[in-house]
Amino acid sequence: MKRILLTASLVALTAVPALAARDQIRIVGSSTVYPFTTAVAEQFGKSTGMKTPVVESTGTGGGMKLFCAGAGEDSPDFTNASRHIKKSEFDDCVKNGVTDIVELEIGFDGLSVAQSKAAPDLNLTKEQLFLALAKNIPDKDGKLIPNPNKTWKDIDPSLPDVKIEVLGPPPTSGTRDSFAELVMEVGAEKLPGMADLKKNDSKAFDAVWKTMREDGGYVEAGENDNLIVQKLQANPNALGIFGYSFLEQNANVIKDVAIEGVRANYDTISTGKYQVSRPLFIYVKKQHVGQVPGMAEFIAEYVSDKALGEDGYLADKGLVTLPGADADKTRAVAKDLTVLKAEDVK
Amino acid sequence: MTEVRNELVAKRYAAERRFRFYGAAALTLTALFLAVLLIDVINKGLPAFHEHSVDIEVKVDAADIDPSNLPGGNYDKLVKEAFRAEFPSVTDRTGKKALTALLSTGGADRLREMVIADPAIIGKQVTVPVLLSADADLFLKSMSSDVTSVEGKATLHIARLEGDEGYVLTGDSTGEEAEKQLGIAPGELVRFAGGALRVTGVQNGYLKAEVVFAPDPAITALSPGQWSVLSFAIPESSRRISDQQALWLEQLKQDGRIENSFAWRFFESGDSREPELAGIRGALVGSLLTVAVAILLALPLGIAAAVYLEQFAPKNHWTDLIEVNINNLAAVPSIIFGLLGLAVFLNFFGLPRSAPVVGGLVLALLVLPTIIIASRAALKAVPPSITEAALGVGASKQQAVFQHVLPLALPGIMTGTILGLARAFGETAPLLMIGMVAFIADIPQGFTSAATVLPVQVFLWSDLPELAFRAKTAAAIMVLLVVLFALNAVAIYLRKRFERRW
Repeated sequence: MKRILLTASLVALTAVPALAARDQIRIVGSSTVYPFTTAVAEQFGKSTGMKTPVVESTGTGGGMKLFCAGAGEDSPDFTNASRHIKKSEFDDCVKNGVTDIVELEIGFDGLSVAQSKAAPDLNLTKEQLFLALAKNIPDKDGKLIPNPNKTWKDIDPSLPDVKIEVLGPPPTSGTRDSFAELVMEVGAEKLPGMADLKKNDSKAFDAVWKTMREDGGYVEAGENDNLIVQKLQANPNALGIFGYSFLEQNANVIKDVAIEGVRANYDTISTGKYQVSRPLFIYVKKQHVGQVPGMAEFIAEYVSDKALGEDGYLADKGLVTLPGADADKTRAVAKDLTVLKAEDVK
Repeated sequence: MTEVRNELVAKRYAAERRFRFYGAAALTLTALFLAVLLIDVINKGLPAFHEHSVDIEVKVDAADIDPSNLPGGNYDKLVKEAFRAEFPSVTDRTGKKALTALLSTGGADRLREMVIADPAIIGKQVTVPVLLSADADLFLKSMSSDVTSVEGKATLHIARLEGDEGYVLTGDSTGEEAEKQLGIAPGELVRFAGGALRVTGVQNGYLKAEVVFAPDPAITALSPGQWSVLSFAIPESSRRISDQQALWLEQLKQDGRIENSFAWRFFESGDSREPELAGIRGALVGSLLTVAVAILLALPLGIAAAVYLEQFAPKNHWTDLIEVNINNLAAVPSIIFGLLGLAVFLNFFGLPRSAPVVGGLVLALLVLPTIIIASRAALKAVPPSITEAALGVGASKQQAVFQHVLPLALPGIMTGTILGLARAFGETAPLLMIGMVAFIADIPQGFTSAATVLPVQVFLWSDLPELAFRAKTAAAIMVLLVVLFALNAVAIYLRKRFERRW
């Protein structure tokens, strides 16, 4: 049987013509950046007449792994990321010969906590969100106890007497990681005893804010954000966590919950007033520039005013674009292809 | 004694009735679920099969088109300028932007096609159907907000306030509350020939209004029937289409300029990030290429393996082991085959990523056990008397198998194969590993060009934020279902047509 399979694959191999030099750009990485990079890829294909780049949606981590696998024909030219490259990933890259990496910040993604339009307006602090969603929370002496909060009112008497039910992404999602870091960690730090715990036993502290409750208060609703939107429509008592672009596109049925008194919109996210947002990046394999046709043109299209500008088509797609000075910085990096240095990677 | 017996009989009958009821209930429930699913998918998917476009008179200016490079002409500019020229009152930048936002970014494609087909129209005036953007399309399909239009029943008096402060609306008698007399509430739009006003609030019995389209200053009063009230179920801030854009669309619709036609584009174009331009042709072609590779490999290999194992192989420990392994392979989760494909075909043999040939190889491995098992069952079902009769008249074992047993088993083999392929058509998991879960705008040209497949296209569209992709997702599911139904129908036909019973 095995021999038959092997023969079959060998037969198939000889049937494939020898691989010519690749003439199509290949991009991998974050599913959060995917909607933006695909839009640029399409415009690039239309305006240059070259082959439209192939954009895979592999997740930030998976993208980095493919990107860092080597510098040659069969490795991708760009990777999308919803966070900075990690030190370990950078080292992996260098080890495999991917030495010249250019980091381009393209904008922000706000994470919104949203609810049905039918529900009354809500204003939550990060602390309250932590108390609602963590598996274990400190009591008033700072001792960890299983989360006893059943309704929002249990957390704060001013909040409605409604059962806590939050739909959010599973642990494999970059959105979940960002939410944990931006909301849960910050919320946990403010509670009694937690600052000490962080100092003395940072691992135990990490476990506190990274572990979501599993008794029905936090529901893992899958990677598909559209599904969460539809579930919120059906259930006015539930809250949902997803990217800002989904909030913007579905504003006729859902609205966001103000976090620390600030509501998510284009202005509050781009100025940093809305704190639950993260930067988005694309990483360029500089060694491929000049090898794979269209690399330079693709970068130029990405950072052009038509795409990345305040009125650009990426803003239409829900990207919160960079404020002027930062955009200029990105353009400067894109023009010179400034290589990322090892000491800049944390 | 007889009483006990009667009781037992009654009990047995009751048990049988209950069993029948359970069976019928289970069937009804399944049918119900299936019906709900199908109705939901069809209901959501149907809007994707038609699209709205607006007919625009475009003067094909020779200055914007280089006769030696027809595809590279600036058709976008021609279409946009012609469209803007129809609304001369729109002069500010944001207004112009809002106006052209009604047109699709691919709106000029039709004009390009027309010019390439007939370069003689350069310099002439032509009517071009220009595709509307997804947001405008959704509005016209009444999917972004319910709109009600009520004709004005009373006389409406309009007075302009000094210093650009907007307008004041009243009914006939100034003493009474204007909102009751006129039947207008704040937030609604008042529309009449040459202008439109948005009612902002009530003040001292008057209605205050702001400009959406500046009316003719000469208009001070409108009699019943000359004006109408437009109200939206969803406020402007929560809509993708502004009041102004909605009015433009309503006006175009009233003028009969908007055309609602079947969206052939959906079957003719590849993927796109603009919902109105996205089509499934790329995924459909990718699916066909991938499954073609899978069938070309899996069918001969599977039948050969089955014939050998069933008819020729000696029965010993080795063949037992192989049999157990084939049965186990049929139960292996499909993602494992994807990992195998990544390790063997991509990393070891260096085949290209995202290529249908690799997808086909992986899917062939996936369906091979199913085909072997089905083929063996079909071969086993042929009575031994056939072989014996053939051998009896002097045929060799090989002749008996290939000329008598195999043809009789073929309908069963085909049914098994087609059901296996139906599974291959619906797989996404193994393709993730080999890079076929990707945005691919170009329609694949061959077995090695980048491609994606139908179920993956469904998965990718379902994850995009734009509302219009929801309909596209359902429509892609419908296409996938039609392909699968067709395959199953072929399987049933083959079985009915060639089946032999003994």
